[in-house]
Amino acid sequence: MASAGPARREQSTPSLRRTFSWQRTREQFIQGGLFCCALLSIVTTLSIIYVLVTEAIVSLPPDTSFFQEIGLVEFFSETRWTPQYAEEQRHYGILPLLCGTLLITGISGLIGLPAGLMIAIYLSEYATPRTRSLCKPMLELLAGIPTIVYGYFALKVLTPFFIVPVFKHTFGLSVGGFNALAGGIVVGIMIIPMVASLSEDVLRAVPNSLREAGYALGSTKFDVSAKIVVPSALSGILASFLLALSRSIGETMAVAIASTGQPALTLNPLDAIQTMTIFIVNVMQGEVVAGSTLEKSLYAVALVLFIITLGMNMVSQMVLARYREVYQ
Amino acid sequence: MNLHDDFYERKLVLRHRLGQAFEWLCRLTTWLSMGLLAVLLLGIGRQAWGWLTFGFLTRGNSYIAEEAGIVAGLCGSLWLIGLTAIMAVPLGVGAAVYLEEYARPTRLTKLIQLNISNLAGVPSIVYGILGFTVFVRMFGLRDRPEKFVCSLGFVEFSFELPLGRVVVSGAATLTLLSLPVIIIAAQEALRAVPASLRHASLALGATKWQTVRHQVLPAALPGILTGVILALSRALGETAPLLVLGAAAQLSVVPGRIAGITDALTHPGKLVQAPFDQFTAIPLQIYSWVSDSSRGFEHVSAAGIVVLLVVLVLMNGTAIFIRQRFQKKIRW
Amino acid sequence: MALVKAFTQFVEPPSSPVTDVAQGAAPGARPPKLETVQMGFFYGLNQALRDVSLKINERAVTALIGPSGCGKSTYLRSLNRMNDIIEGTRVSGKVMLDGEDIYAKDVDVVSLRKRIGMVFQKSTPFPKSIFDNVAFGPRIAGLTDKAKLTEIVEQSLQRAALWNEAKDRLRDSAMALSGGQQQRLCIARALATSPEVLLMDEPASALDPASTSRIEDLIFELKQNYTIVIVTHNMQQAARISEVTAFFCMGRLVEVGQTKQLFTNPIQKETEDYITGRFG
Repeated sequence: MASAGPARREQSTPSLRRTFSWQRTREQFIQGGLFCCALLSIVTTLSIIYVLVTEAIVSLPPDTSFFQEIGLVEFFSETRWTPQYAEEQRHYGILPLLCGTLLITGISGLIGLPAGLMIAIYLSEYATPRTRSLCKPMLELLAGIPTIVYGYFALKVLTPFFIVPVFKHTFGLSVGGFNALAGGIVVGIMIIPMVASLSEDVLRAVPNSLREAGYALGSTKFDVSAKIVVPSALSGILASFLLALSRSIGETMAVAIASTGQPALTLNPLDAIQTMTIFIVNVMQGEVVAGSTLEKSLYAVALVLFIITLGMNMVSQMVLARYREVYQ
Repeated sequence: MNLHDDFYERKLVLRHRLGQAFEWLCRLTTWLSMGLLAVLLLGIGRQAWGWLTFGFLTRGNSYIAEEAGIVAGLCGSLWLIGLTAIMAVPLGVGAAVYLEEYARPTRLTKLIQLNISNLAGVPSIVYGILGFTVFVRMFGLRDRPEKFVCSLGFVEFSFELPLGRVVVSGAATLTLLSLPVIIIAAQEALRAVPASLRHASLALGATKWQTVRHQVLPAALPGILTGVILALSRALGETAPLLVLGAAAQLSVVPGRIAGITDALTHPGKLVQAPFDQFTAIPLQIYSWVSDSSRGFEHVSAAGIVVLLVVLVLMNGTAIFIRQRFQKKIRW
Repeated sequence: MALVKAFTQFVEPPSSPVTDVAQGAAPGARPPKLETVQMGFFYGLNQALRDVSLKINERAVTALIGPSGCGKSTYLRSLNRMNDIIEGTRVSGKVMLDGEDIYAKDVDVVSLRKRIGMVFQKSTPFPKSIFDNVAFGPRIAGLTDKAKLTEIVEQSLQRAALWNEAKDRLRDSAMALSGGQQQRLCIARALATSPEVLLMDEPASALDPASTSRIEDLIFELKQNYTIVIVTHNMQQAARISEVTAFFCMGRLVEVGQTKQLFTNPIQKETEDYITGRFG
């Protein structure tokens, strides 16, 4: 396009042929610089992978990696996770951490996914433009609240004023100040705005002609929303669910504040638990001896976390991309 | 072939009921979540009431609830966000400009694009681990940190390699964390600029960069600024990565030990030294207070949260102001 | 939903009846299936239709023609209250189905639309199987009997002349059908709710000539059992398939008459200009 420099003035007949010019060099220099900025994202990913892999899977000879010290079989089949205990009592089985993460993700999904989808349906199918323009910024606000605030809310409001009275005083179950339920609930609240806005985009992408066709067949608004629009948008909705759940899995602070306990293989939401993220935060708060197995275990856990969330993100991005193509 | 008419009429009443019930359920969920926001804010506000004093804003931290203050975290957070902005904005906008204006749809471009969306979904704690390894430890290059002194003529400052748990390590980590968000927002803003503007500029003989610099960027600026501020306010609230870096939550001194504006003006060296000093941040202080179960600290942490939220509201307010102000001016 | 109902009782003051021309129907014939009396239509403050009085005969094809933006589609869509979906619209005057005002307060729009089906310009198959598309209407109406559903689907597809092509792939996605097949599927889907009237909004304008002629044959078949109102841009099509043609211009019904008569011997100058191609 305009990459060829302008014709030089000093020539009597201006030539269109490319000649050396500072401007062209400068343009190329700038383009190169901008390219490097874009490349930084790849570098970031590669360095995440490099850092995690060198500590967890393969190391340069003098050092040993986590999986060279602890076998994969023990990592995935052992049911105890006690890397901070005394030497002979250490066990490195990630199952309890996965179980804790699963519990939190499950509770948050039960709350956040239906609520988010309902809000999305309401905003895209029912709400007047005025209501929409009021609700959207509120959702953004809800999404913009730092996770630590939700953690505080779970620990100091939800547990003492809701969970303990209901489950302990009414049903007589044992609940402590730290429990998975409080953490799960606030993580669920946290993912509501994400599910709502992603799903709403997906629902709005369903062409209006489908809605009209539905009405012309004698559908009520509910028939159109629930039997035409939502099924038509199903793949996109599921992708947004997946993105939200991956966020639940990676959520740290709210859970660390409200639910921290010992790693345990439990699915009781009233127990205190430990997730992958809680473990990382807890260990990093103290001094970690460089090169210790404990330190390497951090990287192994982070690697598992990274792989799970990355996998979920990639799948949902792909589904969303295909979905957008269908309704373009 | 006719549908049972009697049957149909009866069903129709039910269908209308069901539809109404569903609509109310959706409406209820929506307003309930909005109500939750109010409960959350009011609950925290009530806890913080009476504790959010001028003294709280100007004191350093303390083990006694009544004497705890947030000045160290406030200044630490401002330093962090300032440095993050300096690093992340040019890099992020540059990447967005490359992807939107220069890149041809090659396989590499697609890879970069996919990679950016995926990075946006990586848990922040993983960035913490990355920052810890790369910036704080620098892959454990040296067993003991080595001190360097650097002179800029009129001031001199010192830093260590590996960097350790200093402001720049935190800022660099937050930069990596917020880059994908900034890039995506900036790309959207650039995409909203009509192609006709570019064509007009190119047709006048402007080079690509001149077109971007003088036409496209100014037109996209409000959108870019909004996205940048939103991304930075998200970074401001991040706790986990800083915690993983090992930033000192209990610290009670300001980075660079700057005592005030006059101090900063009379000792410019402290300003240069601050980025290489230890730090704490508002969310870190809140976390340490929340974890402290001794009496009174639930109020202190609530007051800290209010300070954090006020800073966020100020930032978001600026973003909204910019959006409103400039969107009206430029209409295509 | 409760958008326009409040205004529906409002009747416009009678204005100079330019459109009060002789109806195409022979006097003393059966009462019209659908009738509009001095109907007006508003998008907010914009009046898109004024003073349209038209009788639509049972078991016949009525074609609506006219230049783009003349209001013929708006008119068609207000016959089964599809315009209710658009916010800020209202109707004045009367629209009667079998002598009953469809804009009366206590009319259930859902039942109304079940009786007056509609086919759109662009085929709109739901992203479901062919079977599920056709079964959609009966299902939401509350029919769960599998055998009966199968029967309805088969009959509808047969009436829409799609059965032979689709009978072996009922479980396949409807999106896999060709454009013409999709449009016939939409007709089958509309027939499955056993409507009395079928509204067609340029049903063949997006199709190739072969598919168009199949749709036209189909319309010819369907008028044995259904009252059909069709909007078309194609005057030859109107001439081929309809008994009565109504010419709209600038939101008014300019002329209505037996198709043959309207095309060979129009009364109004505007109609003549349009059908001879002098404008539009």
